[in-house]
Amino acid sequence: MSQPYRIPGRGLINRDRSVSFTFDGREIPGYEGDTIASALLANGEIMVGRSFKYHRPRGIVGAGGDDPAAMVQIGSDPASTDPNVMVTTREIHAGLEARSQNCWPSLKHDVGVLNDVFMRFFPAGFYYKTFMGSDRFRWLNWMTFEPFIRRAAGLGKSPTKPDPDSYESVNRHCDVLVIGAGPAGLAAAANAARSGARVILVEETDRLGGSLNATDPDGTTIGGKAPADWIADQTAKLAEHPEVTVLTQTTAFGYYAMNFVGLIERVKDHLPEHRRDRRQPRQRVWRVRAKQVVLATGAIERPLVFNENDRPGIMLAGAVRTFLNRYGVLAGKRVLIFTNNDSAWQTAFDIRAAGGEVAGIVDLRRELNEAMALRALKAGIAVYPRTAIVGTHGRHRIDSAFVSSLDDNGNVRGSRSRIECDLIAVSGGWNPNVALFAQSRGKLKWDEELASFRPGLSWQQERSAGACNGTLELQEVLAEGSKAGLEAARAADFTVRAIRQPEVRTDAVETLNLVPVWQVPSGLPREKTKAFVDLQDDVKASDLQLATEEGYDSVEHTKRYTTQGMGTDQGKISNVNAFGIMAEARGITVPEVGTTTFRQPYRPVTIGALGGQHVGAHFMPRRGTPMHAWHLEQKAIFEPVGDWLRARAYPKPGESFHDAVQREAKAARTTAGILDATTLGKIDIRGKDARTFLNRVYTNAWSKLAPGRCRYGLMLGEDGMVSDDGVTACIADDHFHMTTTTGGAASVLQKLEDYLQTEWPDLDVWLTTVTEQWAVAAVCGPKAEEIVASVVEGIDLDPEEFPFMTWQDGTVGGIPVRVFRVSFTGETSYEINIPATYGRWLWEELIAAGKPHGLTPYGTEAMHLLRAEKGFIIVGQETDGTVTPGDLRMDWAVAKKKGDFIGKRSLSRSDTVRDDRKQLVGLLTVDGDHVPMEGAQIIGTPEEPAPPVPMLGHVTSAYFSPNLGRSIAMAMVKRGGQRMGETVWIARLGDKPVPAKIVHYDFLGDAVGEAA
Amino acid sequence: MKRYSALELIRQGLGGHRGWDRVWRKPEPKPSYDAVIIGGGGHGLATAYYLAKLHGMTNIAVVEKGWIGGGNSGRNTTIIRSNYLFDESAAIYNHALNLWNGLGQELNFNIMMSHRGVLNLAHDEGEMRQLKRRVEANRLNGVDSEWLDAKEVKNFCPSINISGDIRYPVLGGTLQRSGGVNRHDGVVWGYARAADALGVDILQQTEVTGILTEAGEVTGIETTRGTIRTPKVASVTAGHTSVMASMLDIRLPVESHPLQALVSEPIKPILNCVVMSNAVHVYCSQSDKGELVIGAGIDAQLSYTQRGNLDIIEHQMASLMELFPIFSRLRMMRQWGGIVDVCPDASPIISKTPVKGFYVNGGWGTGGWKATPGSGHVFADLIAKDEPNRIAAPFAIDRFTTGALVAEHGAAAVAH
Ligand SMILES: Cc1cc2nc3c(=O)[nH]c(=O)nc-3n(C[C@H](O)[C@H](O)[C@H](O)COP(=O)(O)OP(=O)(O)OC[C@H]3O[C@@H](n4cnc5c(N)ncnc54)[C@H](O)[C@@H]3O)c2cc1C
Repeated sequence: MSQPYRIPGRGLINRDRSVSFTFDGREIPGYEGDTIASALLANGEIMVGRSFKYHRPRGIVGAGGDDPAAMVQIGSDPASTDPNVMVTTREIHAGLEARSQNCWPSLKHDVGVLNDVFMRFFPAGFYYKTFMGSDRFRWLNWMTFEPFIRRAAGLGKSPTKPDPDSYESVNRHCDVLVIGAGPAGLAAAANAARSGARVILVEETDRLGGSLNATDPDGTTIGGKAPADWIADQTAKLAEHPEVTVLTQTTAFGYYAMNFVGLIERVKDHLPEHRRDRRQPRQRVWRVRAKQVVLATGAIERPLVFNENDRPGIMLAGAVRTFLNRYGVLAGKRVLIFTNNDSAWQTAFDIRAAGGEVAGIVDLRRELNEAMALRALKAGIAVYPRTAIVGTHGRHRIDSAFVSSLDDNGNVRGSRSRIECDLIAVSGGWNPNVALFAQSRGKLKWDEELASFRPGLSWQQERSAGACNGTLELQEVLAEGSKAGLEAARAADFTVRAIRQPEVRTDAVETLNLVPVWQVPSGLPREKTKAFVDLQDDVKASDLQLATEEGYDSVEHTKRYTTQGMGTDQGKISNVNAFGIMAEARGITVPEVGTTTFRQPYRPVTIGALGGQHVGAHFMPRRGTPMHAWHLEQKAIFEPVGDWLRARAYPKPGESFHDAVQREAKAARTTAGILDATTLGKIDIRGKDARTFLNRVYTNAWSKLAPGRCRYGLMLGEDGMVSDDGVTACIADDHFHMTTTTGGAASVLQKLEDYLQTEWPDLDVWLTTVTEQWAVAAVCGPKAEEIVASVVEGIDLDPEEFPFMTWQDGTVGGIPVRVFRVSFTGETSYEINIPATYGRWLWEELIAAGKPHGLTPYGTEAMHLLRAEKGFIIVGQETDGTVTPGDLRMDWAVAKKKGDFIGKRSLSRSDTVRDDRKQLVGLLTVDGDHVPMEGAQIIGTPEEPAPPVPMLGHVTSAYFSPNLGRSIAMAMVKRGGQRMGETVWIARLGDKPVPAKIVHYDFLGDAVGEAA
Repeated sequence: MKRYSALELIRQGLGGHRGWDRVWRKPEPKPSYDAVIIGGGGHGLATAYYLAKLHGMTNIAVVEKGWIGGGNSGRNTTIIRSNYLFDESAAIYNHALNLWNGLGQELNFNIMMSHRGVLNLAHDEGEMRQLKRRVEANRLNGVDSEWLDAKEVKNFCPSINISGDIRYPVLGGTLQRSGGVNRHDGVVWGYARAADALGVDILQQTEVTGILTEAGEVTGIETTRGTIRTPKVASVTAGHTSVMASMLDIRLPVESHPLQALVSEPIKPILNCVVMSNAVHVYCSQSDKGELVIGAGIDAQLSYTQRGNLDIIEHQMASLMELFPIFSRLRMMRQWGGIVDVCPDASPIISKTPVKGFYVNGGWGTGGWKATPGSGHVFADLIAKDEPNRIAAPFAIDRFTTGALVAEHGAAAVAH
């Protein structure tokens, strides 16, 4: 028979729409509105997986986000399969495929269950005590065992192909954020909304109403209306306010500093394939900054910890009620109630009202509420006061429970009797759901009546209302919710008047009268008792006790030693029980034990959703110059430099990268080359103190640089180490144009601003980044003058008129340009700056004009080669944060007489003035065809001795120079400056060291000739 | 101390696990000790262990304000490697790596040392050059390290995305096969148990509130449980190094930043090594429990608040997607933060101070876990002999005045 556990006429599912899905390949029928859990239960299936450690059968325990261990793998597509999905929170739809996980070969027959058989040898933390290798068997160490342990651990399986779905994150500001849409949250939202405030109401499940959806619809009215009608009313009212946003399927997962709350909305997961809008993301993260927050997150029922309490068929009493009233499923044919408080009795009454069978109420308490007992009697329910369940039976689902009565001391008295049942509904009390409150850094306080923690002192702008605040009576819950909504709106500067509260009439049990029992006695010795606290990670009460006895007694140590609360549920239903058991073991109170830290996220959040849209092409900007498209058209090879993509070389069809670089570098020196130099950082510096400023940030002097002139400068860190370099031009006395390295553009500006704003606020200097305002084409080589002359107007290029290290204004086709006569290659060179939008046009003008002269575009690799031939450094290649100007043998760039500059003091420290520091030199390998590896280490012997090998330095740059017809290299070598002409050796992996001669690094100067 | 072994587990299993010893005692503070170590993290406990074991100083105490291992030791992602660029760093981290090897056996506590290999990826020419330089320096220093090209990276770690069209394609990387991860709590507890067995008092829930001196020499400490006399005080307080030093008016060039990490839900084994990337800025490994353990760089602001925030995590996850798009559907289960103390040269401080009898070990920044045994070993030597040994000497605080920095960050540019 299909869905034999479904109760006619009950539940909020849509019985007009049948939906089926598969579980472990079997087709399971259900209805629209079912979760996987409710549909499975409707069909009598309760076992869904295996536990983490002992591979014990695990069934459905909760009815929503409270379930600890009923998880499945969804889907089988390697790209979109989802592990560890809670069956109680996932709605079913056609085509849904669910599979049990952490079991092999199948759910019912799992070899991992061997762990269970040997459970007694695997107590908490057993792995710390073995597998470390012994004197006799060293190899029997962790490396031998780890692979097996790892394979046994883990729950579901990761996808193995990239995720086909997309995600997004959005930012929202609001006045009042209400989290949880149960009666308290709805009342809060409705009341805040009346003020006109921007309200966001967040609900984790697919419908508003919270606990009201789980109550017997015939037993309660609100303002004379059935709960469902009241919810509909509230929903309609909220819809009237344009400033209200209601989000279902959305979890508030993190309460961060300054009322910043992260929400995750599941946009499509619950929909069948054909109803998923392709334009919508799979999930969406809402980053909400709320003026005020109302927490209305309800309470979470905690189970009782008793012997053999982990078998499938043992469920929270509230969950049984939820499945019955919300989903129309009575999860058992014969239900035994086990409790220490009044609330679970309601489950018995609801079951009877729905025509189900109750095997009895086993209550740990001696004093029972008389009215309730009478009601049970009337309903024909057997009541067992002062009685405990001391054991259960049934492999994949329980078939009976063993009960014993308790004596005055709470110990088992007399013999066990057996009660047949296929479901045990358990309640150990209710824990206010304080996770978000605690994340907000609010202080918890212990509540004796609840025997649980509830919100105490607030830390942020929030208030708790309803069950999460420890309030359980519906009338009060509504009042508290309304009040919280009004107060929040007012605190957010809105005015709103209170209105009359609807009256609640209910026959539901609203009392608690809880007598805490942290561990139910079993009458058995500890080692024979299998009383589970954390059902996912298989933590038993005895594990917590063992940990305490062994000295892992601080709550964090106990948690870590036993893994209590460290599973995907983060101990939602189990932690308070664990604290209680720890307290008993230590002979102190629960508040003295304290809690572990409530960490974000409240519930696991999809990693892809956190990445949002910042993935793939949007991960980081790919900055291209205005000429980028041209480079693409030429099929250039690119390299990332900082955020930029720069053309590295322009190989012709069939040409190798190496050959292209050689050709380009040769052309630049023999005819003409053109480089896209747009990416250099450019900072516009203005103000009457600009010169003073430059004097302080560069190592050399800037007081006398005349307008129209340019100068090269080195920048140091406070430690005296070179941090950037570049050419700066004087535009006017109070106006300079600074260039930085491509990679350093942002950090240099940031550093300079930092100094201006914090160290030298007295200076009249203004910095503007203009990197992207100018496009720059650098034309160099013997034909450069001719080519540039044919394009640029208004500048006399005669070197007499336009000497090296000056700049001039001109025009190209009427567009103003600024031309710098500086050079990074050693050749005559013009860096033509034009407003960026004309970049490509200028580039093509130059290409066209240069064609007859053999103008060759060259990329960054040829640029590196050309500058190395000339012995120019690249900051970040020759330098690494440990190199002073002296080390570069660029003392000429450090002014001796001017005042202070950044890094000056450090240059005179004892270590920086050492004369055996590494210094920059040129290297010529004896075999001129051999190009050493950049990064190779330099040693002082022709053979490589056994390590540790004393290292003299390393190769910073190395190329085959087409213009010199041999290899050249730059290197940092100990005392390099004093070793000219000496031979050193470059170490190689698996080969003999390569001999090389130390020379000056200007290879176009005398270096090569001298060495030859 | 009852020794742990498989046999003992079986014996205890048959006896209901009632016969295990306490891992460490819960002593009352004595009025005086020969030395006091402030900070019950891995480094502090290792220091105590080696002081007791190798230097015969057993009348000593470790003073911890909370519970041992509650600082960075219990919050870190346990990446262990020693392939540092400079001789000084290579020496100390390799010393540590050698000690890690076999430490579980020595302590008779399984620290789950897994030498599964650490990959450092290169994403541009500059990084390639730097990493190759490092590999060569490592090789000549006798440190295990090798270069892999992109294909070899993929072979070693099949789940990495090496496609050429990601923003920063993987061009290659370094591999230290002997690197890996271990179990942070196991290390803390193992050292604590072994130190306790040698007579060291571990005083938890005891905060140091002042350091006493007379005529420029240490004479004791003030704690929340009273005054303790001692001629030697050693601070090993990670994120609070500068706070401790300031008790004696010593200024250290240390900045304290939050550093965050997170784990995913547990899944079956999918990632069998540690992967680190600087350009993309994320690192990842998989714990024995099955969780992906993910971290990145420090939060920019200075803070003592051990708390996570969202934007750093979001960026970290976007970075992870670059390298591991297959992890997109997995879920973050828990996030947290620790406070790391960073020196200007990103190298630690292991040093005497101007106050006689006051020693400092700190400034390990984002990457001190891997040094734990080595750090404790050389620090114990320094405390016992009042002189740094060859390995510790380069990390003295006078380097900030002489300029003899061990500037790993600029040169190697890799954290952790
Ligand atoms: C998120 C994160 C990830 C990391 N990942 C890695 C990694 O992958 N690899 C790696 O090598 N390193 C990593 N690190 C760094 C590493 O954790 C630390 O460098 C290392 O653990 C420091 O050890 P410790 O024992 O010195 O510090 P801690 O473990 O922090 O111990 C210091 C102790 O001092 C105590 N204390 C402070 N003040 C007082 C006082 N007044 N009185 C008494 N006690 C006091 C503290 O409570 C604390 O327990 C990471 C750090 C973080 C935060």
